[in-house]
Amino acid sequence: MSDAAEGTAHYNDTVVRQFSLMAVVWGVVGMLVGVIIAAQLAWPELNFGIPWLSYGRLRPLHTNAVIFAFGGCALFATSYWVVQRTCHVRLFASQLASFTFWGWQAVIVAAAVSLPLGYTTGKEYAELEWPIDILITLVWVAYAVVFFGTIGIRKVRHIYVANWFYGAFIIAVAILHVVNSAEVPAGWMKSYSAYAGVQDAMVQWWYGHNAVGFFLTAGFLGMMYYFIPKQAERPVYSYRLSIVHFWALIFTYMWAGPHHLHYTALPDWTQSVGMVFSLILLAPSWGGMINGVMTLSGAWHKLRDDPVLRFLIVSLSFYGMSTFEGPMMSIKTVNSLSHYTDWTIGHVHSGALGWVGLVSMGSLYYLIPRLFGAKKMYSVKAIELHFWIATIGIVLYIAAMWIAGVMQGLMWRAVNADGTLTYTFVESVKATYPFYVIRVTGGVMYLAGMLVMAWNTWMTVTGGRSVRVAVPMPQAA
Amino acid sequence: MDILFILIPLSVALGLLILGALGWAVWRGQFDSIEAEGERILRSD
Repeated sequence: MSDAAEGTAHYNDTVVRQFSLMAVVWGVVGMLVGVIIAAQLAWPELNFGIPWLSYGRLRPLHTNAVIFAFGGCALFATSYWVVQRTCHVRLFASQLASFTFWGWQAVIVAAAVSLPLGYTTGKEYAELEWPIDILITLVWVAYAVVFFGTIGIRKVRHIYVANWFYGAFIIAVAILHVVNSAEVPAGWMKSYSAYAGVQDAMVQWWYGHNAVGFFLTAGFLGMMYYFIPKQAERPVYSYRLSIVHFWALIFTYMWAGPHHLHYTALPDWTQSVGMVFSLILLAPSWGGMINGVMTLSGAWHKLRDDPVLRFLIVSLSFYGMSTFEGPMMSIKTVNSLSHYTDWTIGHVHSGALGWVGLVSMGSLYYLIPRLFGAKKMYSVKAIELHFWIATIGIVLYIAAMWIAGVMQGLMWRAVNADGTLTYTFVESVKATYPFYVIRVTGGVMYLAGMLVMAWNTWMTVTGGRSVRVAVPMPQAA
Repeated sequence: MDILFILIPLSVALGLLILGALGWAVWRGQFDSIEAEGERILRSD
């Protein structure tokens, strides 16, 4: 099913197909590992005494698999689709696009092998060792060349807003990765960070927070601004607001990182700057959320019978929830309660399962049938089922973590009249046990939904065939 | 906190870069007939 040579007026959908299918595969894998480690927290015997099944090694495997493998493949697939469709031109340098696919899969496989074996830099969300870091850099530069090259040869003068979001995501991730992964090799799979102590912590969370801002937010907002209007068959509520959303969001995000380091050795004023910028972020975030939801203004009935649209719109309500919760948690007094508790885990998963997960699934449900010559997925009822078990799973997960987190925070700070601690740490662990079990239940439901999606994808793909779509003829802009 | 001597100039430089990109977009007329652009993606693939 290889595409014809360069120069034919057909979109390059081969690479979109590859990334879309792998997004589904890695989604299943990453979420399965998530369920395993959630179960290990409730029942620690589940690591069976095998080192490479231990929580400390599987946890980075889970985060890398869901963020960079599932989320990454979904971003590659949708950005390549969107940039071609909105620019009315075939991908620039298709060979290079193919390299980004195989290169990115190699990164994922290298992560899946090296992390369980215990190779790690110890930097959260940047655990991969230096040879893999170099491969990531190469793939990312190729991605930038393909994406911006396509923008450069576009036939439509205006650059659609989704492309601005994707473009910012690609540039920011390149800079973040190179700066944060600066390290001194000490052998083939061992390195030391170029920074030390609190300096390293600051770089790490400058990276970590902007990875949330640009990888997990800007990229997926690109998805939102294309696939919601397409699925709803209505233009975005206010195109003007979408432009303001973009510029305000990217100006503000860069400065919010220090809120991950409240009450640490980081200078106090730096923490306060991080907190203030985090609070400001609420405005562009909610502007974008309202803009996306209001796209359905006057067509709310579509939510009733279109489960794909429901995925996309409910993802935005989770985006709104977590971008309200985030700024609140960055307030120092709130953070003194929430930090290091499971509230943080609840917050992350409200964003990850609710926003990133649902918007990706909705976009893939739009893409997959079109990539395989079908009008819709094999089973719309299965999409409906997926939507409900995923949503109920998320609610169970985050509600359990909220309660567990606030309880842990209160137990840890409780002191007796004589100044001694009221509770030992292990008492808070014991009290958390039921919530860990509820969390596993929510996670199993979310994974079950993903399995339904994998089955539905399989049926759609095997019943369809790869189609070639012609690029529309140039028209007056 | 020597690291701030890298991170702050880097963020300021990025801010200026973003400002430059915004300026480019405005002067090149990217936002001239702005509301019509939202509808274009619905017309053709």
